[in-house]
Amino acid sequence: MDFRFLPMTEADKTEMLDTIGVSSTDELFSDIPEKVRLKEVLNLKAPKSEADLKKELVQMANKNYNLKEYISFLGAGVYDHFIPSVVDHVISRSEFYTAYTPYQPEISQGELQAIFEFQTMISELTGMPVANSSMYDGGTSLAEAVNLSAGQTRKKKVLVSKAIHPESQAVIETYGKGPNLEIVYIDHVNGRTDLDQLAKELDENTASVVIQYPNFFGQIEPLAEVRELLNKQPKSMFIVSSNPLSLGYLTPPGKFGADIVVGDTQVFGIPAQFGGPHCGFFATTEKLMRKIPGRLVGQTTDENGLRGFVLTLQAREQHIRRDKATSNICSNQALNALASSVAMSSIGKHGLKKMSELNMQKARYAKQRFEEEGFEVISNGSFFNEFVVKLPITVKEANDKLLEKGFIGGYDLATYYPELEGHMLVAVTEIRTKEEIDAFVKELGDIHD
Amino acid sequence: MTNQDFPLIFERSKEGRVSFNLPEIDVPEVDLEAELTDTYVRQEAPDLPEVSELDIMRHYTGLSNRNYGVDSGFYPLGSCTMKYNPKINEDVARLDGFSHIHPYQDPKTVQGALEMMYDLQESLKEITGMAGVSLQSAAGAHGEWTGLMMIRAFHEANGDFHRTKVIVPDSAHGTNPASATVAGFEAVTVKSNENGLVDLEDLKRVVGDDVAALMLTNPNTLGLFETEILEMAEIVHDAGGKLYYDGANLNAIMGYARPGDMGFDVVHLNLHKTFTGPHGGGGPGSGPVGVTAELEPYLPKPLIVKQDDFYTFEYERPQSIGRVKPYYGNFGINLRAYTYIRTMGAEGLKKVSEYAVLNANYMMRKLEKAYDLPYSQHCKHEFVLSGRRQKKLGVRTLDIAKRLLDFGYHPPTIYFPLNVEEALMVEPTETESKETLDGFIDTMLQIAAEVENNPEIVQEAPHNTVVKRMDETTAARKPILRYYKA
Repeated sequence: MDFRFLPMTEADKTEMLDTIGVSSTDELFSDIPEKVRLKEVLNLKAPKSEADLKKELVQMANKNYNLKEYISFLGAGVYDHFIPSVVDHVISRSEFYTAYTPYQPEISQGELQAIFEFQTMISELTGMPVANSSMYDGGTSLAEAVNLSAGQTRKKKVLVSKAIHPESQAVIETYGKGPNLEIVYIDHVNGRTDLDQLAKELDENTASVVIQYPNFFGQIEPLAEVRELLNKQPKSMFIVSSNPLSLGYLTPPGKFGADIVVGDTQVFGIPAQFGGPHCGFFATTEKLMRKIPGRLVGQTTDENGLRGFVLTLQAREQHIRRDKATSNICSNQALNALASSVAMSSIGKHGLKKMSELNMQKARYAKQRFEEEGFEVISNGSFFNEFVVKLPITVKEANDKLLEKGFIGGYDLATYYPELEGHMLVAVTEIRTKEEIDAFVKELGDIHD
Repeated sequence: MTNQDFPLIFERSKEGRVSFNLPEIDVPEVDLEAELTDTYVRQEAPDLPEVSELDIMRHYTGLSNRNYGVDSGFYPLGSCTMKYNPKINEDVARLDGFSHIHPYQDPKTVQGALEMMYDLQESLKEITGMAGVSLQSAAGAHGEWTGLMMIRAFHEANGDFHRTKVIVPDSAHGTNPASATVAGFEAVTVKSNENGLVDLEDLKRVVGDDVAALMLTNPNTLGLFETEILEMAEIVHDAGGKLYYDGANLNAIMGYARPGDMGFDVVHLNLHKTFTGPHGGGGPGSGPVGVTAELEPYLPKPLIVKQDDFYTFEYERPQSIGRVKPYYGNFGINLRAYTYIRTMGAEGLKKVSEYAVLNANYMMRKLEKAYDLPYSQHCKHEFVLSGRRQKKLGVRTLDIAKRLLDFGYHPPTIYFPLNVEEALMVEPTETESKETLDGFIDTMLQIAAEVENNPEIVQEAPHNTVVKRMDETTAARKPILRYYKA
């Protein structure tokens, strides 16, 4: 078979071997000890032509029920929002997607400037003065924030709300094993962090308090009250994980004195793609600027005084710090940060507020419809675009029936919260219409009856 | 901003301009402000740009023209494997059935996605010679840390809590010691010998019952195969430690040798390097981790399993280190790698390594006339030159790198590995033609001549890029990390 990514001809090869002074390419591998040299051919599927492979992979893709053909009310950290067409046109420019990390600023101003703009947008959204160039995703970004808080405060105890994303909880636990953190969970009451328990646990050994806003159940945690509690332990850090879309309407965590704000910009221009790649962000205070994990882009000038951008404060980075590193992140999610920047530019200053509002209005309409149908909606105050509905059957049973009618139902909270058997987390974004919401509630109502 | 500066998207903004039409509200509205109260209603809108759709395209097209990718030209950036990124990968990743599926859908509704992941796990096991693979890690460094956490869990499960050290060669990737530190270990260095390989005597000196693992790249960062790998494995294993394979350089040996057969216990791969990710300007990547049967119980969960003909998740893994990432890894990147593996097959992947190594050796032999070559044996997929001869004439490796920009090339990796003075690390990859290699070689020879005859032209380079050398000192001393409206 000919391989279209391998341009060398036999004539080229002969000439090159001659230059090197060997008679075959095998000689170039003679340093691999005989004992470890692979004798057999790798047992992989045979290579396929572009046409045949595409056909096969299209068929494979078609086995999946996708969010464009089914009407989805599934969220729980990954959301189906409208993606403006410009996003894919920009990130398909191969000067961006086939580039490496911008280590040579003279030929990487495009990427560097785009990241600088991303940092600015995240800073604006979160109300924090400094944001980095991206992290793997919201969950790992949160775990890095927790580890940073332990390093910074030299304390080991971390208070984590059970109303943060359960998979972020799991990631925090794994990351916390390195520095041997003591993770104390703060329970939720009807879907909101138990502030009484938080007040009891918060003491001088606490490195940080971790709250999600809006939380995993969609509810808007009272950050002002958490801040008041923290004021009694000013050395403990306040870490907030936020859906950045919600910050178009909600007061940003920076206004409540958060020390670190993290989250995922998947809501801006990044498809669900089965959970990744998405794009984590990490924003913090000026005080912690030199402790921030990952890459930062800074503005400067060139020899002629022209404005330009460079990777900066790299003394923090693993390739310099090596064994003194506090984080090992190297590759990040640059292309997805670009996608989110384009989406945020497209949505714009006023569009963002409207989009955020539209999510809230539609979710409230859905909630009201559920209540009219006789469902109990679990709520302990205000929410963003998700809420919890109690069903008389398991969520899996409900979702099986919904699937037959063309719906992808909500998230089964019993997966991680055994006490919430039969509780569905319903997400309603701006792309759901009134008709779709009505039909969805009606289908579930029929199950109810 | 001066007239010649390229404007920021914020500087193109004008009050009232839009490029996004939201759907009209079709549900009865409630009073959100009353519900949320002043405390939680944002009082000041985030200052995002207000631009038209054409403004956006002009802006980002302009930025792309100020950037450089593999599609722009030759990119011999050592250790980064900047090979061609096949376009079919991009098309496949954008199919609705792959890009618009939710991680919490019922497995029966995502059988195609799970089949791909399962098949990729199996392929990577075969390529690396390992017993189990997890696709969860998001990048190479993330994979390193995941692997070390598994090694830690293994030792602890054996009641062995005193293995606090991880051995890392002096030529290692900077992420290795960083990952060891973040995983709670102390990184200790093992020296290289005069051949650029790990010094076995020094390894015997640092190894002991306090060592959890040795991290190794093979071929190493000098592009040299560690010929005494079996002896090294024996030394480390005899002391109760594990062997960790940094897969950054796998492009050199596919189909020729497998880490699993060399005695490695844990392997991570950089799918954005060897398996055509792409790099995306710094990410996203993907860093799957493979392990021997002994370490398989510790893999992150869930794994993808096949039961009869049904693909699903396996969560019941009591000894697992847990989750290293929400969901199941960077699926979109894994899908691109899968597409590449299916395009190449066993025959193609072996040819990849064959040509990667041929190209590197060819360039090395052509360039050793003008630049110092500290280690002269055959290299694998990359080689490291030293600019010390040029340094004596007052021209630094950095200057040579900048001069290459004038000729339209991305420079090699510079000042790495740390054990070579004024290092220039060249990795041509297999996707480049002989004409491209020859063009670069001629340019490097020309620059070497310039260093002797006209050093200023090199020292003052670059001459024709959109900006000149940047003031990095001021950038670090007085950081400006975001835009503020004047």
